[in-house]
Amino acid sequence: MKEKVSVGKVIVYIVLIFWSLTTIYPIIWVIQNSFKAKDKILADSFSLPVGDLFTLGNYRKAFGNLDIFGAYKNSIFISVVVSAAVVLLAGMAAYALGRYKFRGSNILYSLVVASMMFPVYATIIPVFRMETSWGITNTSSWWLTMLSVILPQVAGNLSFAIIVLMGYIKGLPIELEEAAFMEGCNVYQIFFKVIVPLTMPSFATVAIFSFLWSYNDLFTQMFFLRRPEMKAITRLLNELTSQEGTNYGLMAAAVTLVVVPVIIVYCFLQKYIIKGMTAGAVKG
Amino acid sequence: MGASIYKNKKPVLVFLIPAFLFMTVYLYYPFVQNIINSFQEIKILGGKGTGILNPWYTNYVNMLHDDNVKVSLVNTLIMMIVTLVGQVGIAIVLALMVDNVRHGKQFFKTVFFFPIVISATALGLLFNLIFLYDKGMLNQILERFGKTTLTDWKAEGIALFTMMLPVMWQYVGFYFVILITGLNNIDEELYEASRIDGATTLQRVRYISLPLLHNVICTCSVLAVTGALKVFDLPWTMFPKGMPLKSTFLTGTYMYYQTVEVKNVDYGSALAVLIVVLGVLLSKAVNVIFREKDY
Repeated sequence: MKEKVSVGKVIVYIVLIFWSLTTIYPIIWVIQNSFKAKDKILADSFSLPVGDLFTLGNYRKAFGNLDIFGAYKNSIFISVVVSAAVVLLAGMAAYALGRYKFRGSNILYSLVVASMMFPVYATIIPVFRMETSWGITNTSSWWLTMLSVILPQVAGNLSFAIIVLMGYIKGLPIELEEAAFMEGCNVYQIFFKVIVPLTMPSFATVAIFSFLWSYNDLFTQMFFLRRPEMKAITRLLNELTSQEGTNYGLMAAAVTLVVVPVIIVYCFLQKYIIKGMTAGAVKG
Repeated sequence: MGASIYKNKKPVLVFLIPAFLFMTVYLYYPFVQNIINSFQEIKILGGKGTGILNPWYTNYVNMLHDDNVKVSLVNTLIMMIVTLVGQVGIAIVLALMVDNVRHGKQFFKTVFFFPIVISATALGLLFNLIFLYDKGMLNQILERFGKTTLTDWKAEGIALFTMMLPVMWQYVGFYFVILITGLNNIDEELYEASRIDGATTLQRVRYISLPLLHNVICTCSVLAVTGALKVFDLPWTMFPKGMPLKSTFLTGTYMYYQTVEVKNVDYGSALAVLIVVLGVLLSKAVNVIFREKDY
């Protein structure tokens, strides 16, 4: 009996470890090849980059030819502003929808739910036209260009954020708000001093989801970030494939430079990240 | 008591107006405008419509005769099957396995999930290297197993496989986490009882885990099917403009191609409407199919 169980267990572990390898090994593979010259990658991509194989040439080229740091700066700026704006706007709306009973509140809620079904494809063209008429697309101003990406990305994350936060706020005990009210707090003070601190875990979830979504999003960036000095990370990578597609070493280095920071952050924040990404399950 | 705090309704406006103003300007208005756009003639991205098409439903008729629409619909359908069977299917197997092992649960969860965190664009570059014709990872492995010719993974015929495999691979961990959360919510007492009744592990999975996961699996399936309609980043990075020979278009990439590359903006709008309609219909369909099934 005992023997039989362990055979099954062994198979289970083999399958699980196999799948783990399919996710881990490609990353290790690309990192080790980022330290090799192109011909070495093609000749032998599986050996470690030690001795003669080792070169920093790909990285020298990556930092020299590509504005990786500029792209990082743009990406992080966009994503930080997006997640901050989403948390603030959605938090306020979720509080009002979760606590106040007023005529039309159900209709507003249904509107929020319905808007989650809007894929970005269905809004991007009118949004582009609208922003063009405001003069914030295709300008030489860095601030306006960043704004032109940030605004649609904020809107794209709002509905999901409102629903997640509303669920959480509704579950908070109202006694704390009553106590604060008795102490003479007005509603705004209650929001910032009672609700916001209590909702922090959910805010973190929403902020992380919005940040990663915005950081990884290519579609919106393809529309709004057209000038070379305003590229964000994913836009830069996309362009790299079409221009330097055969420079394999450089590609490996670029992938490494983009992926490794994300993996490091993921290792530290994985609990929140996994929660954030799956809470956003309803969002595409 | 609680009511007295929230009796004064004025603050509602202050709290709601910013978010709803935003959503009106960036979601509701563009959504409606996009439908109107699909009946108009627009030749410049960001430009104004130059009048209603004659007849107004021209774009929708063109869609019926557009071979690329057919290609992208068929490809998207294949993608849906791949995501359903591949992503959700593999995720169910992995989740049930992890649920039944004692060691390394947290490790597997972390490792299975992490491809989702990485941008699909970076993964596109990575898989370009893996599938490279003149000896990427895969062709080198095959060579070691004695294969003498190189496989062109991006050639017609096999291109779809090359495109869908990474998309599938990336999201398995996502459904895995949703399913494992569902499994953790199952009452331990049920397993206890089945153990006393002498049920084997497989019976436990078949008669307790799977039936109780039914709703979670349904949610995953809706997400997988509607997700397939929206895939963009990875296919566009690996196979820009539907190459080879426009055979790898998906609904999302074809919409982008028409809008930005061909500059047939109104047609792109109509394709976006198609994506919305298909998304709504398909998620309804999946819901119906799953509700009828009874364990």
